[in-house]
Amino acid sequence: MSSDDDHVYLSLAEGHGDDARWAFGTGFEDPLHGVDTTLPAGVEAEAHVALCLALADDALVAAQRLAQWITLAPELEEEVALANIGLDLLGQARLLYARAGQTEGAGRDEDALAYFRDPAEFRNVILAELPNGDFAHSMVKLLLLSTWRLAELTRLAEHPDPVLAAVARKGVSELTYHRDHAAQWAIRLGDGTEESARRMREALAELWPYRAELYAAAPETREEVEAVLAQVLDAARLEAPAETPVSMGRGRDGQHTEHLAELLAELQSVARADPEATW
Amino acid sequence: MVSSVTPIPTRLNAARSAAAAVRDPELPMLTLADLGVLREVRVDEDGVTAVLTPTYTGCPALAEMRADVATALRAAGFADGHVRVETQLSPAWSTDDITAEGRRKLAEAGIAPPGAAPKRAGGPVPLTLGPTRAAVVHCPHCGSADTEETSRFGATACKALRRCRACREPFEQVKEI
Repeated sequence: MSSDDDHVYLSLAEGHGDDARWAFGTGFEDPLHGVDTTLPAGVEAEAHVALCLALADDALVAAQRLAQWITLAPELEEEVALANIGLDLLGQARLLYARAGQTEGAGRDEDALAYFRDPAEFRNVILAELPNGDFAHSMVKLLLLSTWRLAELTRLAEHPDPVLAAVARKGVSELTYHRDHAAQWAIRLGDGTEESARRMREALAELWPYRAELYAAAPETREEVEAVLAQVLDAARLEAPAETPVSMGRGRDGQHTEHLAELLAELQSVARADPEATW
Repeated sequence: MVSSVTPIPTRLNAARSAAAAVRDPELPMLTLADLGVLREVRVDEDGVTAVLTPTYTGCPALAEMRADVATALRAAGFADGHVRVETQLSPAWSTDDITAEGRRKLAEAGIAPPGAAPKRAGGPVPLTLGPTRAAVVHCPHCGSADTEETSRFGATACKALRRCRACREPFEQVKEI
């Protein structure tokens, strides 16, 4: 290894002191480090913690599902795309966990909230935790989730809490790319081969009912989400499935499928193996 | 090198030049000033404060940038406990914040600079299907305008992958945000 290579690895490890590390491990410096974090009067703390936590949980769980595509996606560019989308969501989750922790004032930081809560304490929507299924399933899921989250963050960009509003505003630009990506795949697959269209129809039939939970969690998003979905389905030559209510838990109340426990066991295992360690 | 007896305007100039010269860890041809993420440098009796803004929310390079700026300010003579690096989330960074000098350096390094960032009018973000970019992206190698997007996501959050139809070379582009 040349000395240049040595330098690269050194700088990743500890070349700059103790606060410069990359996207792995625990014990990062507070992502809201150096941000003015006073909660404005009129924002009720308990409700605000719940809101930030729910948004963070949706993002963390969805990011973990996207990461599970790595090494499995149909092409390299797609892996890079899904990893990037997951990274955006992970970034949003970190800031939202930090905001929730500060507002709560009980000393829980982003690690405590992401790694040391049990499944029943998570507030993500069920759709985010469902297994990936085939690629069509994942793209339908991404389309539903990103369309909904974009609508939700667009609203929250006007929130009286300047920290949440800033996270939301930045998230809007990011989510616009995510939704575009999912919409383009929906069209490519829906209006593609007989097989790809069949898989899209199956994925839609299975996932379409989960919109109900999204609208229950954020009723104001319904109109926008429905309009965008109709536009995508039309371009993809797909039909919206009939509205069949399914029995599902309510993620916002902590009622989850067994899939969340499995996902969290994997996500939290290393941090829980040695809770005192920083890595 | 400055010290606590150097007059404030002189210290401010030293601090500005030191912070502005720090390089981006992922686009090392650019300084933080070129990239437009260094929002402000302030000096007062109590020391120096540099204000950074993240490019993407999940950008893993921000902690690195923050540490590099602090290191540069200490190297310029500011004492350890008197160097602060703050984060500013709003207004959000946009690729429009990349300076003309930054754009020139990107192109020189074979990375196509971004076009104008999409303007948000407020209210729902419209879904645009099909080719969305009216702006022509020129190949940084041969200059041809005949290029196509191969993936909207690249090796880092801020870049897309493109290909030149004229010289056949693939290249990266900093995507508009």
